[in-house]
Amino acid sequence: MSFNFLMQNLVNALQWGSFYALIALGYSMVYSILMLFNFAHGDIFMVGAYIGLFVATGLIALFGIGAGAMLPGWMILVMTILASVMLTALVGVIVERVGYRPLRNAPRASAAITGLMIGIILETSNILFLGGQRLKFPQLIQSHTYNIGGIYITNKKIMIVMVSLMLMFALHQFVTRSKWGMAMRAMAYDFVVVPLVGVPLNTIAAMTFAIGSGLAAAAGILFGLAYPVLDPYMGVSLGWKAFVAAILGGRGSIMGACIAGFMLGFIEIMTVPAIQIVNRLFELNIGSNLRDLIAYSIVLLILIFRPHGLFGEVYSAKLRL
Amino acid sequence: MVTSNNHLTSQGGQSRLKTFLAPIPALGFLLGMLACVLIEKLVGNGLADLLGLPKMPILFGIVTITKVIAGGIQTVLRDAVFDPASLMYIPTALIYFTVVYLLPMTLVARYSAGVANQIADKLQQSSILLSAVIHLAVLYLVLHLWCTMSDYRLITLKLMLVAVLFTLSLNIINGYMGEFSCSHPGFMAIGAYMSSVFTVGLFVDDKVLGAAPFAFSMAYITFPAALLFGGIMAALCALIVAIPSFKTRGDYLAIISLAFLFIVKSFFENVQALGGARGIAGQPDWASLPVIFVTVVLGIWAINNFVTSTMGKALNAVRDDESAAEAMTVNTRKTKMIAFMFGAFWAGLAGGLLAHVLRYVNPAMFGIQKLAEVLAMVYFGGLNSVVGSIVGAVSISILGEALRPLEILKWIVIPLLLILVMIYRPTGLIAFREFDVRKILQPKQPQGEEN
Repeated sequence: MSFNFLMQNLVNALQWGSFYALIALGYSMVYSILMLFNFAHGDIFMVGAYIGLFVATGLIALFGIGAGAMLPGWMILVMTILASVMLTALVGVIVERVGYRPLRNAPRASAAITGLMIGIILETSNILFLGGQRLKFPQLIQSHTYNIGGIYITNKKIMIVMVSLMLMFALHQFVTRSKWGMAMRAMAYDFVVVPLVGVPLNTIAAMTFAIGSGLAAAAGILFGLAYPVLDPYMGVSLGWKAFVAAILGGRGSIMGACIAGFMLGFIEIMTVPAIQIVNRLFELNIGSNLRDLIAYSIVLLILIFRPHGLFGEVYSAKLRL
Repeated sequence: MVTSNNHLTSQGGQSRLKTFLAPIPALGFLLGMLACVLIEKLVGNGLADLLGLPKMPILFGIVTITKVIAGGIQTVLRDAVFDPASLMYIPTALIYFTVVYLLPMTLVARYSAGVANQIADKLQQSSILLSAVIHLAVLYLVLHLWCTMSDYRLITLKLMLVAVLFTLSLNIINGYMGEFSCSHPGFMAIGAYMSSVFTVGLFVDDKVLGAAPFAFSMAYITFPAALLFGGIMAALCALIVAIPSFKTRGDYLAIISLAFLFIVKSFFENVQALGGARGIAGQPDWASLPVIFVTVVLGIWAINNFVTSTMGKALNAVRDDESAAEAMTVNTRKTKMIAFMFGAFWAGLAGGLLAHVLRYVNPAMFGIQKLAEVLAMVYFGGLNSVVGSIVGAVSISILGEALRPLEILKWIVIPLLLILVMIYRPTGLIAFREFDVRKILQPKQPQGEEN
């Protein structure tokens, strides 16, 4: 049972890690350009999930679902993802315009406070307009479970991991191959001099927020497919953990954020079987809800021994102070 | 100073107000407040009846007004029935405020200014300590009288004082040392739990912590020991964040401190011996107003002395340039360690007070929400400033209470206000100002004699 059990957890960890990785990318990209953390990002993820919910509900009302549907479920899903990514990107741009652009020359901590406050406003407006009850995300695709040698894998899990990897690959291509991506990399390298040679800082910043928010929206919809109950504070817990992943990967490193996101997912999921194994081996009785404690202790240890994250460059935060 | 009194510009008005208030020393304002409180105690209820207010306005009439506004908003949003008669509460609350607070305050302060200046001058010459103690005694008298009028005021004031201490302790690290520490609610949690373990464990029969080994009778004199125990435990735990800070700065330290906060919260959630997620309840009611007042005053005194000492200057040096500070013989490791432990100690003490004010603790109290709240207080009031922290904590607390009738909308108004403050004053309202007790307490020269 032991091997199957581990593999089963591995599959779950991949799925859980892909949410973290997608959200962490948003933190990391904004950091690399503006050298500050967008603390509203977790709540943008929440907004993205809700926008996805409304778009999906609207599309289902339009085209129907099940046997008599005009369009198959996966097509509605693709349309939902596309539409909500765009709408959430717009939200991200607005957040940048309202909360961050006026503070471009202020101390970094002030921008952090505005971010936190925008997050609270987003949560509160959600409660205000939707009444605070939990909403159910519509099931766009039928769930199938495959049994591969005793490991149960659902088609949703495969799809979630595939879509996340695809999005990460697309982002990587965009950043390394396109002209805008080159501008972003240049800006990340030096955001004082690069605007002087004609790269528009404000456009690039807005674009970074848009891309980060779009990825968060995609993560929100995938999350809604896997765990179909949305609540206004879902962005707080997931967002802060993804933030930890972004730092763990090394600030501003896209690759690092992805890997650290998956890693955090693994650590969080795998501590439960690890505790069970330890309990069995040494006949102890450690509760399995110590997950957070162990996960963050590991994060703390990693940062003590690698103070600049896994893939971070050693440079000072003073660049902006 | 010649002011152009002929011009009725806003600036002229402002400077006239300034000349009106200039000769009043701190003691004069305190006497004015005393007058207000006495008047409210004597005629408050009668006046409220006379004006047709439902009951005596509880927080200077602000809550009465926000309640009317909230009623209006409810009408728009949820089709509630709006009572047009309640509109009358707005002018009557304003009249109440003017008659009970504004007029007595300004008049007494202005016309006692001469006497107050003489007394302040005498006190100044005898001893600054005596002067401070007398000022504080008058302040305590004012607060005590104000609170005897309702239990709501008492609990609000207690929580506000605890918030002042907590905000100050965070300002040591975020303001004076210039790190972005997210661990403070964790320190507060440790202080709250440890002092609760001390008091509940030793003196109260409790379901979680078992029967009390000691009798309850004179136990309240051990309350300072309980608070100190909580503070010291928090200071020791601060080493977990302080030691990584030798090598790490900025964002990585922020994450280390955030991870610390999550670890502490998760620890208290899971240790069943400490009540698990339900926490500890039934703390003895020892955190009375005088105890809290004295603790907070001691805290302000200690923290102010700390940040104006050589150690405080070393902190600022570490913040501005660590290598330069090192070159100027500042022991940066020792400085950082002491700052973290000192800040955590007072945070732990504030936690102990909080636990005994609310008379329960649970891990959910010390999460991201608490962090956002205290960060808001520090950055709203102003970095690197003791006065700023006091102003920040007091104003955010009062704002929170005043906007309570707006219910959920409160959490849109307060963040919006903070965003505006951050945009127009990025370092906070009163940043980088020294808190000089002597300057505050000194008698003011009348305007004429100055020239």
